[in-house]
Formats: sequence, C-alpha cells, structure tokens
Amino acid sequence: MGSIGAKDVPQLLDANGRRIDGRGLEDLRPLRITAGPLQQAEGSAFVEWGDNKVMAAVYGPREVHPRHLQQTTKAVVQCKYNMAAFSVDERKRPGLDRRSQEISKVIAEAFESVLFVEEYPRTSIDIYIEVLQANAGTRCAGVVAASVALADAGIPMVDLVPAVAVGKVAGTIVLDLKKEEDNYGEADLPMALVPRSGRLVLLQMEGHMTRDELKRSLDLGVTGCKKIYEVQKQALRDRYAVSAPSAGAEVAA
Amino acid sequence: MVLPGEEVPAQGLKPGFGTYRSRDDGKIYASVMGLLSPRPPFVRVIPLSGRYIPQRDDMVVGIIQAVGPTYWLLDIRAPHFTPLHMTGTPWQMEYGECGEYLRPGETVIVRVEGIDEQRRIGVSMNGPGLGKLEGGYVVEISPTKVPRVIGKSGSMIQMIQQDTGAKLVVGQNGRVWIDGDNDQIRRVREVLALIDREGQKVGLTDRVKALLDTQAGRTPQHEEYDRPTRDSGDGGSEEVHDGSPPRPPKGEVQGPTYFEEGQEFEEETQHG
Repeated sequence: MGSIGAKDVPQLLDANGRRIDGRGLEDLRPLRITAGPLQQAEGSAFVEWGDNKVMAAVYGPREVHPRHLQQTTKAVVQCKYNMAAFSVDERKRPGLDRRSQEISKVIAEAFESVLFVEEYPRTSIDIYIEVLQANAGTRCAGVVAASVALADAGIPMVDLVPAVAVGKVAGTIVLDLKKEEDNYGEADLPMALVPRSGRLVLLQMEGHMTRDELKRSLDLGVTGCKKIYEVQKQALRDRYAVSAPSAGAEVAA
Repeated sequence: MVLPGEEVPAQGLKPGFGTYRSRDDGKIYASVMGLLSPRPPFVRVIPLSGRYIPQRDDMVVGIIQAVGPTYWLLDIRAPHFTPLHMTGTPWQMEYGECGEYLRPGETVIVRVEGIDEQRRIGVSMNGPGLGKLEGGYVVEISPTKVPRVIGKSGSMIQMIQQDTGAKLVVGQNGRVWIDGDNDQIRRVREVLALIDREGQKVGLTDRVKALLDTQAGRTPQHEEYDRPTRDSGDGGSEEVHDGSPPRPPKGEVQGPTYFEEGQEFEEETQHG
C-alpha cells in the first residue's frame, strides 16, 4: 500500500447518499449465522457478515485454569479474541497484542453481565473468538457469534446479545461500517445490546462526534441490533428445526 | 421451543429451571434454549443442550482423572471433577492404596449422593449395580437424550441390546458404556449417534428399528408397517416429539439407570 494522501481517500458517500458498496445509510451488510458448526466445542457459531468471517466456540462451565482465577461465588467468564494471520491484507503478526487483549476483556465483561454466573460457582466459561477474515466490525461479529455459541452451549443467560457498529462517514451517521468507511471515516462506535432490557453491555468509541450525533448513533445502533437479534434467533431455531406449531401447542396446553 | 430472552407465558406459575423473573417488569423469561414444559407450580424449560447437571440419586458413568491418598477424582461431565472417597467403595482398603484399586482412565458407575450450595458433588460406589466397569467402550451423548436411549419402560435399550447382543449401561450424565465384540460395539455406536442427532423428533423407534435392520442385513419393514398407527397417534406430523420431558423434573427421585438384559425397567418418560 502506498502513502495515504488526500487523493487516495475513496469517495465514501455519493451524491445520492449511496455508500461505497451501494448500501443506504441505515443498511446492514448481509449477515448469515450458522449455529453449532463445531463438534468438539460445547457450543459454537459461525458468522459471515459482509466480508467478515468469525468463528466462536464456547466451553464450560468447567474447572478454572489457572486455578487462582477461580471465584467461590460465581463463574468467571474468560474470552480470547484472536485474528488469524491471514485475516487481513498484510499478514497480521500472530498472537496476543494490545488490541486483541482489550477486545477480549470488553467482550468477557459484556457477557459476564448477561450470563447467570452465580449458577456455576468455582467454574470458568471460556469463549474463543477466531477472526478468519476481517473487514471492520469484527468485535461486533465476535459478540454476535459468541452469543449464539453460548446459547448453543446451553449456558443460562438473560438474553441473546446482538452487536453492531455505527460510525460517522463523510459527515454522516451510518450503520455497520465496512473497512474503507472505518479507515477513512471520522468516528466508529461499536455497541452490544441486551434487547430485552434495552441495556448496552458494550460501548466503545473511536474518533469524534457531537453530542447530538452520538445520540442519533445510539438510536440507529439499537435499531440495527434488533435486526441482528432476529437473525441470531433464526440461526438457533434452524439448528434444531423444531417446528413452530408443536411449540405453540405446548404453550396452549 | 423458546430461546433465551423470550417471554414465557407464566399464567401465575413460578420460574423453574431454565427461566428467570425479570427485575425490570416482573415477567418470566427463558434463560436457555429448549422446550417449554409447564409443571405447576413451576414453568420450566427443558434444555436442548448443555452440561450435565448432577442431581441426587442419578447413576452416572465416571472416568478416573486423578488418584489421591484417600480418594479419586472423577470426571462425570459435571462442571467440576467429583471426588469419590475410599469409604464410598465396597473395598476394605488402607490410606494410600487407592491407586491399587482404580487407575486414571478407568471407568466406574457411581451414584450421586448429594450436592451442596457450593455445587460440590458427593458420589458413592456402594449399592446394587454400582462399581467398576471392566473392559467395554464408552460413548458420550447429550445428557438430555438419555431418556430417549432408555425409552418408555426401557423399551429402546432392550431393543438395542437384544438386536445387537451388546450389553449397555446408560448413565444419566449421557455416558453409555457398551460391552460386546467390535461389531456389536460399532452397531450400538451408530444407533446412539442416531438417537443423539434425532432424539427430539417423532418416530425415533421406527428409525432405530430401520437402522438395526439395515445393520443386520434385513430388509427394513417396520417403517411401512408402523406408519398408520403413528400418524393417528400424533396427528401425522413428522416433526418434534410430543413434549415429554427429556428427564424427570428436579428434585424428583429417578428410577435406576443401570440396565442389564432381563432386568425390569422403571418408566423414564411419559409419552403423550
């Protein structure tokens, strides 16, 4: 890649308000979730979201390693977010770095507030997120995948957790940034929502926004999350292909 | 079927397993993915997946993980390793002799004696049907599918044992110990994989019969023959099972889970 001068910056919004990939301002990239692709893990999910491909695997509740992290009153939630060396254009140096440690930490904390950790004292719930292909918004894709994987693992939780990033691109608030918009945009605001209660369990921001823009971004993000929530639920339903009529009959009984 | 976060029609019932009452609005929501099964005074969700949750008087198949001076540590697929103390065995033994009786990797069948608030589990090997399992082969299936392997009054397990000639021990923790020759073990493994995969659907018995017939080189005929009865029985849908709980509710004493040929079986599931 050459030097990034002003003329290298792509045109992120055209005159008609279309984005670089032809989306409208409030459109999500195509999202596909597969629940339970892994045999070995207790729960797993594969998320294809635009050009992102993210695999999540969940183990536990199980014995805590290392032992000193064990808590006598609740389960500890441990998360490892990792990007494959081949996930980006230029080879990513494998292993832990500051960015992946931070993302692991915020995702673990997001899920700790959603899972019923008190039900499993002295145990560990381990979430592994592997980014196979990255195109901006991988932490959100990771949360979406991990949430489905946790439900697939049968771990009790308040609700599924959808996540999405909102950003400011060419002075405009847009939903679900892709790589070019993330790189050359003015702001990036990833968030994860608990739809049932309307609480945010993850919120970070990079760049600058006015107070008013932030407010509008949050509203837009919540709307986006609710769409993603439906895809998550459908993925879990498809996993067991349990028919709706029978479930309805049980409710009526 | 309900998913985590979906509201459960409570109708005055209290939240049971797999559900919670929200502090925000006082309504009851599901906390796990599973099948809704109200059982007054509780409404509960039978999970479709998840770890084995030990309950008193469950018979479980454990694998020795470590040996201590007076105890062994067992893996019973619970969230924690489970100590089996030497006083909980039928053997007269001294301090430090544990390694002479059971070694890591060996298989035992034990009963869950109790669980405390800290979720510490106590197990014992004293009792009928309990003890070390010599030889054989261990297969793991989902703990929620165990009642399907056993079947109504043990019908499924009897059918599998009679047809294959293998001997089975089914633990409530979803571990099945199979004793037989290689071919018998292979056949039972195929059957168990089928049950694990399709146990939540209707017509399981027919499909197991068909598989057993195919394995034995017989022409599967049960499918055609049984269809009219089944269709009239449950409305002809080829979909979900009738909602009978995959396992008895919490706190209820369960029937024995140790089965041998000719033994009488306790009813494990109630079919609609």
